[in-house]
Amino acid sequence: MNSRLVTEIASLSLEHLELVGISIGVAAAIALPGAVLLARHARTRRWAVGFANVAQTIPSLALFGFLVPLPFIGGIGQRTAIVALCLYALLPILRNALVGILGVDPGVRESAVAMGMTRRQILWQVELPLAVPAIVAGLRIATVTTIGTATIAAAVGGGGLGVFIFRGISMVDTPTVLAGAVPAAIMALVADEGLEWMERKLSPA
Amino acid sequence: MPSSAILEIHGVSYAVGGRTILREISLDVAEGETVVLLGRSGSGKTTLLKAINGLVTPTGGEVRFEGKSAREWDPIKLRRRMGYVIQDAGLFPHWTVGANVGLVPRLDEWPAEKVAGRVDQLLGEVGLEPGQYRDRYPKQLSGGQKQRVGIARALAADPPLLLLDEPFAALDPITRYDLQRQFLALRQRQRKTAMFVTHDVREALLLGSRIALLKDGVLDVLAPPAEFLKSKTPEALEFLASLEDRWRPS
Repeated sequence: MNSRLVTEIASLSLEHLELVGISIGVAAAIALPGAVLLARHARTRRWAVGFANVAQTIPSLALFGFLVPLPFIGGIGQRTAIVALCLYALLPILRNALVGILGVDPGVRESAVAMGMTRRQILWQVELPLAVPAIVAGLRIATVTTIGTATIAAAVGGGGLGVFIFRGISMVDTPTVLAGAVPAAIMALVADEGLEWMERKLSPA
Repeated sequence: MPSSAILEIHGVSYAVGGRTILREISLDVAEGETVVLLGRSGSGKTTLLKAINGLVTPTGGEVRFEGKSAREWDPIKLRRRMGYVIQDAGLFPHWTVGANVGLVPRLDEWPAEKVAGRVDQLLGEVGLEPGQYRDRYPKQLSGGQKQRVGIARALAADPPLLLLDEPFAALDPITRYDLQRQFLALRQRQRKTAMFVTHDVREALLLGSRIALLKDGVLDVLAPPAEFLKSKTPEALEFLASLEDRWRPS
């Protein structure tokens, strides 16, 4: 029984990590190039950040409810969970990357232009390196909150540590709830520390 | 027009949002001279400087550099032939002093050893011991040292023209005077042509071969320092008055 519990915790933790990893990966793949493009277009930027803001305000259970009946991205299972988690992760990643890129000292950017750097060179050699700490900070916030939010994935059959939590709630059994909650909390703490370390490591001197 | 004019500014105007910043400014800069653009804040002197390297595009008139209209220049190539120094130096904080100074040679794809040699040579030129400063980061430098690095960076690819926008304005008076004299010496050694923006009439008189006084976007006076001292336009008189007013104990 005990060893069966340990195996189940391990396998659900892995599933949880997978949910979080894929969601953050996809969200970053959308939000980071998005931030680079939006940094140059003030008007579109307001719309995009507004959209991400709105997505953020939808209660997660309600969002699952909206997604389940949709074709392609909806249904029961992991895919729906990942779509929802992505939507939540977009805003912190996008907003932090924008803050990082737009926050580059205007004098530094002006010098870069005046020295005859091309737009691409300015982006890759100046803006992005200087934005790295902000970008990593965004990824960190997104990862930590997604680890928590991903427990709800179990509500739509997405698996992960939420399976324990929902089971524990329906059985009114606190140890079972904890079997899901504690590993999720540890995961969040480890991710937070790890990414904070990375943030420091990658900060320009 | 003298054939040695490296930079020709023909009736350049610039207006934005219904506001006229520059009004038909014409000015030729001969090789080897330093033209100081003098004026109050908002007189258009910085905008005129930016019109030269294409940071702003004039809404009227034409800028010609090395005999070719700015419109015909590839803006990237044009800018790499003009050194640019601004008030807070605008150094890249994530790069060492050496990397900052070597920027334009690297962009122009010089071989690495040649860039390294040039960096050390220039640090020496601006009075910074290369072995001591090459690997530092900008935040480890004083304001005066940053400005020296900014000047070294602007000189790196040996551009025929230097553009300087109040490079010494944020420095303490002693460092400023020191850098002004070094700038003079450097200019004499390298025979550089320069456009130098300032609001400080003393600096203008010290550094300029000619002084171009701007008032509300109009070229008010254009004269060598000795003649500028005798100018009678109201704006010139105000600047000169600031020179004569001294603090006296009562």
